Amino acid sequence: MKLSKRRIRAIFRKELREYRRNASLVAGMAIIPLVFLIQPLVSVFAVSSGAAAELRDRHELLYLLAIPALVPAALAAYAVVGERQQGTLEPVLSTPIRREELVLSKAMAVFAPSVAIAYAVFAVFIACVELFARRGVPSALIAGPDVLAQVIFTPLIAGWSIWLAIAISTRASDIRVAQQLSLLASLPTIALTTLISLNVIHPSIRLAILLGVALVVGNRLGWRVVSAAFDRERLVTGSRS
Amino acid sequence: MDRSPALAVQNLSKRFGDRVAFEGLSFEIGYGEVFGFLGPNGAGKTTTVRTLGTLIAPTSGSATVAGITLAPENGVEIRRRIAIMPETPGLYLRLSVLENLECFADLYEVPDPAERIDSALRAVNLTDRAHDPCGTLSKGLRQRVGLARALLSDPQVLFLDEPTAGLDPVATRDVHELIAGLGQSGVTIFLTTHRLEEAERLCDRVAILNTTLRTIGRPDELRDRLFTRTLAVKTVAPLADPDHIFGGLPAVDGWREDGAAGYVLAVSDSAVAAPAVARALVAADADVLSIGEARHSLEDVYLEMIDEDAEVQRA
Repeated sequence: MKLSKRRIRAIFRKELREYRRNASLVAGMAIIPLVFLIQPLVSVFAVSSGAAAELRDRHELLYLLAIPALVPAALAAYAVVGERQQGTLEPVLSTPIRREELVLSKAMAVFAPSVAIAYAVFAVFIACVELFARRGVPSALIAGPDVLAQVIFTPLIAGWSIWLAIAISTRASDIRVAQQLSLLASLPTIALTTLISLNVIHPSIRLAILLGVALVVGNRLGWRVVSAAFDRERLVTGSRS
Repeated sequence: MDRSPALAVQNLSKRFGDRVAFEGLSFEIGYGEVFGFLGPNGAGKTTTVRTLGTLIAPTSGSATVAGITLAPENGVEIRRRIAIMPETPGLYLRLSVLENLECFADLYEVPDPAERIDSALRAVNLTDRAHDPCGTLSKGLRQRVGLARALLSDPQVLFLDEPTAGLDPVATRDVHELIAGLGQSGVTIFLTTHRLEEAERLCDRVAILNTTLRTIGRPDELRDRLFTRTLAVKTVAPLADPDHIFGGLPAVDGWREDGAAGYVLAVSDSAVAAPAVARALVAADADVLSIGEARHSLEDVYLEMIDEDAEVQRA
């Protein structure tokens, strides 16, 4: 099967244009990262210079991996059921686009802004810590392996979260329900990153490789599984073919 | 013109569980034909369009669409050759008219999209609104954008599902002119509608569907098939002996009274009967107000068919 780059680009560009002009969606994309930025910043700013050394045993930075899990979940949940409710899905499904192309283009359109936001928030966090945290705190907090983990796992987690949310979106009949279920589905990922950031699960190279491989495989499977589950008939009529 | 049918449907059926959407449909539509698909709500019109448009799979039967066998593996190729305009055009309201058309031109992989979009916009007379967000357009204008979108891929078969539903008379007239123009340019049009005068005006042939196909043919054929040809005669005063006047006239098969000084004559050929009736009335010294062929409309045909179904259901 040959995928059409032009058709994928058409949906990708259309989705980004729609996001830009959908104020409530933009607000939703902004609120979640802000919440996940402010809470760790407050906690880091409260650490005195004397207590900075304790931060070496924690991995506060990894807490920010919740952002690539949550932001795309909210966006991707809208992808299919949103179009269905607007009545725009049937005209798109009537074109020669393949389901694999449609699913992939929608995922890419969520992936790009989600990862950009996650990296931007991470950069703001690092800048704030460097500029405003007490002496000794930045050097204790900003560890090379944690930064690397952030850079590598942000796109992997975002991808996984997107496939879960699109899968839910193809099955849901209401946008709100799809968004709530998608956020719920991203909770295990957030729980895992939080436990690692609090050192309840001790991060190691072995764990990182294991999680990395699992996410790569999950993302590759995600596209296939979601495409296979994308049933034109059910989406158009509400009944299974 | 290609002599093979643009659409050939054989015994096509679709069920959703126990519910029959449509059953046993068989018909053919030639290239360049404007075909009206009529029926009450729930008759299966939209489901038929969706099935032929490869959006849903038939339960049984077969079809060829634009020369390709209707099968899941042929979906992409069929959708390349057809266009469907649903009842509500389903435009991206935050995007401009141009952005909507650009997106669909790319989805159809239209060569030279800018030229094609420009030509589609000109066809629906929307060039000056190209940069307006679709959300700011009236319903009639949105319908025109939907038509422009359907024209982008230069389809061999164009499915129009209730294209004038909810439009005001002026917008309806504009859409009618567009459809008539498309029909004349050789596009095969499959038009589902509730508006019988629309079908009568635009369609070469019509089919009446009420889950099963009730009848199919040219509007005048259907009238002839269902109703006896009649002449309506009105005189100033009741005729003294209508039996004597109308009896034995060529092509007149019978007569009945219609009001105080009106008569309805069953005729086999109006062109033969009308002059003979006029001569007989003059010979009888009758003061004639009018002699005219009584025309049954497509609406009469439709109601006759649907009423029959209702009676069968009641029985």
